[in-house]
Amino acid sequence: MLNLTSTQRWMEHFFEEILTHKEHLSDLDNPIGDGDHGINMARGVEATKEALATKDITSINELFKTIAMTLLSKVGGAAGPLYGSVFLAFAKASLDLESLSKEQVITLFEEGQTALMSRGKAGVGEKTMVDVWVPFTAQFKKGAVRLEDVDGFVEATKPLKATKGRAAYLGERSIGHVDPGSYSSGLLFKTFLTLELF
Amino acid sequence: MRGLVLVSHSEEIVKGLYSLLKEITTKTPITLGGGLEDGSIGTTFDRVLKAVEENPAEEVYIFYDLGSARMNIEMVMEASSKTIHLIHAALVEGCFVAATLLEAGVSNEKIMKQLEPLIIK
Repeated sequence: MLNLTSTQRWMEHFFEEILTHKEHLSDLDNPIGDGDHGINMARGVEATKEALATKDITSINELFKTIAMTLLSKVGGAAGPLYGSVFLAFAKASLDLESLSKEQVITLFEEGQTALMSRGKAGVGEKTMVDVWVPFTAQFKKGAVRLEDVDGFVEATKPLKATKGRAAYLGERSIGHVDPGSYSSGLLFKTFLTLELF
Repeated sequence: MRGLVLVSHSEEIVKGLYSLLKEITTKTPITLGGGLEDGSIGTTFDRVLKAVEENPAEEVYIFYDLGSARMNIEMVMEASSKTIHLIHAALVEGCFVAATLLEAGVSNEKIMKQLEPLIIK
């Protein structure tokens, strides 16, 4: 079961991982984007931590909603509306639920994925975070996902040619670099798996 | 009343455009969503929403520069009750044409038609 306490632990761990990998996320963004994914995500995460610290969060829905609204107002790059939409979808999927079963967590990830794809108008194979979301959700639905599987999904964005976002302007030159958004989404999934709930 | 909302990753870009459009407009309200709160580069949902809500017009044309601005504007379109025309035109030329035609009271249909060749994204 994913309850409020474990969701809070997951999110805190995810925020710490973003802050730890801030430089790396920006480094990944340097050759194919504008080099600010780490800085943007870190700014969003710091603001979210502050917002959560001043609020008495009483439900999973409220937690996700607060995260969504803060990321939307603070991130500043494409990750703002993308993660904002994901966490809004998470909030909607956890509405009125005290805890989530594996089935409900699958729905949570599926709703997040749908929101992400419709917001970014991206499909599979376009070198975006969708390329981590889709295989993760599919495998989680079938059974267990290991941490190294997630690393594999992230690494698999390397040979892809970007057709979305700023990397798309680079065309062929985007090949050979890991997509930074995929890396940060990988952190979201790995911190979830670390909870060892299912 | 119809208004204009200009969205850019850079506050300077929309400020510059504002000065430019002020040369040719007297009655079309123009509001800006440029850069982040602290003046750095980027766009956010909040800044775009504020620019739309602060515009005295109930119907607005929005012009923008790059990809993530578009996603934030699309989220604002879902959140706001105003009539919003999101125009995927080259920013400078697009808003200049729209401002000229809005000021002259030209119909939406004719404005869209005239903006067509400027659509680049």
